[in-house]
Amino acid sequence: MVQAVVFAICAAASVAAGIAVFRVDSMARATLALLASFVLAAITLLLLDLSYLGVLVILMMTMEMMIMIVFMVMYMMNPAGLMPMTMVHNNRGALAISIGVFAVLAAGIFIVPWPDTRPGTPADPTLQLAEAIMGSKMLVMMVVGMVLFATMVATTVLSTDRGRYDRYGDDLRRSRPDDPIRGGAGR
Amino acid sequence: MSLEPYLLLAAALLAVGLYGALSQQSVVMLMMGLELMLNGVIVATGAFWFYVSADRPDGQVLVLVVVTAMAVEMAVGFAVTTAIFRSRDVDMVDSATDLKD
Amino acid sequence: MGEPMPLWGVLLLPIGLLLLGYGAAAWSAMLTARAGGAPASAAASAPARETARLLVEQRRTIPGADTVLWRLGGAAVPVAAILSVLVLPVAGRSAADLSVGVVWFNAMEVLIWVAVWTVGWGADSVWGLVGAYRFLVQGLAYALPHMFALTTAALGAGSLRVSDIVQAQEGVWFAALMPVAFGVYLLSAMAMAYWGPFDQAVARDLAGGAGAELAGVDRLVFRAGRYLMLTAAAAMAVPLFLGGGAGPLLPEWTWTVLKAAAVLALLVWLGHRLPTVRMDRFTEVGWVVLIPATLLQALVVAIFALVV
Repeated sequence: MVQAVVFAICAAASVAAGIAVFRVDSMARATLALLASFVLAAITLLLLDLSYLGVLVILMMTMEMMIMIVFMVMYMMNPAGLMPMTMVHNNRGALAISIGVFAVLAAGIFIVPWPDTRPGTPADPTLQLAEAIMGSKMLVMMVVGMVLFATMVATTVLSTDRGRYDRYGDDLRRSRPDDPIRGGAGR
Repeated sequence: MSLEPYLLLAAALLAVGLYGALSQQSVVMLMMGLELMLNGVIVATGAFWFYVSADRPDGQVLVLVVVTAMAVEMAVGFAVTTAIFRSRDVDMVDSATDLKD
Repeated sequence: MGEPMPLWGVLLLPIGLLLLGYGAAAWSAMLTARAGGAPASAAASAPARETARLLVEQRRTIPGADTVLWRLGGAAVPVAAILSVLVLPVAGRSAADLSVGVVWFNAMEVLIWVAVWTVGWGADSVWGLVGAYRFLVQGLAYALPHMFALTTAALGAGSLRVSDIVQAQEGVWFAALMPVAFGVYLLSAMAMAYWGPFDQAVARDLAGGAGAELAGVDRLVFRAGRYLMLTAAAAMAVPLFLGGGAGPLLPEWTWTVLKAAAVLALLVWLGHRLPTVRMDRFTEVGWVVLIPATLLQALVVAIFALVV
């Protein structure tokens, strides 16, 4: 009973925060609303015994949104929302499509006969996950690791405007790179 | 509690995110819509794991993959935005339609 | 897995945190007074006098400020600190002995990013915003080494539950078993409370940085929250690296408090001794030196755990 009440509150608040993301003018508020939506949705995961994944989503999304907020403020004109503005195209169409998608999904949810025998939850779901990714599902973990590494390299390459010729000179002979900000490791 | 409320929440989050992804002109706002859609996927996957296949780890592994996809999506998205902005001073999806021509 | 903490214990937890935090503030004021040549004993009551002054001072209102976010951000600093110690075991019991306690601590302590950024943003002041961005840069520099240090402690015990980590240290403390991880944890504890060498977010060259525009009770909450965060980080070092409540003669909870106070005193003293480090420089140190060091430490501990 308590679970159902907590779920109802969190679910409603999560969707409301999600809608608020596209309603508020201030970019800071939009990003924090998105964060609130994630955290509330993660609480519903905690209700499903997914304690590790729930807390992980809270941890990751907090960090991710704080990085996101930098870019939000950087790329939006009028990021503080001091003047009201809308930057949308085909608003009606988008609204109609998304309401239609929701209606179809909701109808599907209630029409499909879901299996009602629930298999027993493992004693420690975290252990189940850990044994899976270090055992039978290790390939997934390895691919995820490689993808994250590739992402780091790709994002750095894409977002920097300085190549090796800028850093090491036209003939690449400079012994130490010429960077605008010197690092702290004595290089 | 049963599976349906969770799926309904997931569908609502997905629909809100879809609206954002379709309607927003700014690249960063569009990405917030994509994140919301993936959030819906996470909720649905977690619920499916709990109510349908809690004896197998597959659902949990899938949640982990989706969380990674979110991180990668955001990182690459902002890197591309930065690259486009650097070369053309553009941060709106309507202006970045070179492939169309 | 221990018994849950009785209700009075849960209520006592924030009070204990506040008392230790006051001690830290007093110790800091004494160090400042001694450095300035004033009698140190009189400075012990300085935080209390400052509190009284801030309580009667008027709150500031700024046109154009995002007041909701500004006030919420300031309040979130102490809230994050108190939430993060819910998994702290005192006398073998914690308010919530979660099976993923270490991850919980990490997640709650990351809320400080949101809090500091929001405080800096909300005030509609350039000093505040620069301080807020400085804290995010610093966060990126310390977060990964910090996570690997926490992971190493969990790895040594083979569990994410904090009480299991305490139990695993019955033989030898993790501070001795994994000194690199302990050192990195102490560094990141200072960084997450923007204390000492990592105080660029609220630095003097920014007239107070993220907290520049705060006045009255808002300033009090923000500054008290910083000491609470430092205290929470110091207190969590006890179950993670210093054997929890283990010690001779005295009861367990006394040892927890004593060890936490000792770590806290060390952190405050270090903060007064070390010069401020620019966060863009610390970023390279964090990524090029600290991350490989903590990863190697984790590898050593993993091999040790396999062999023993």
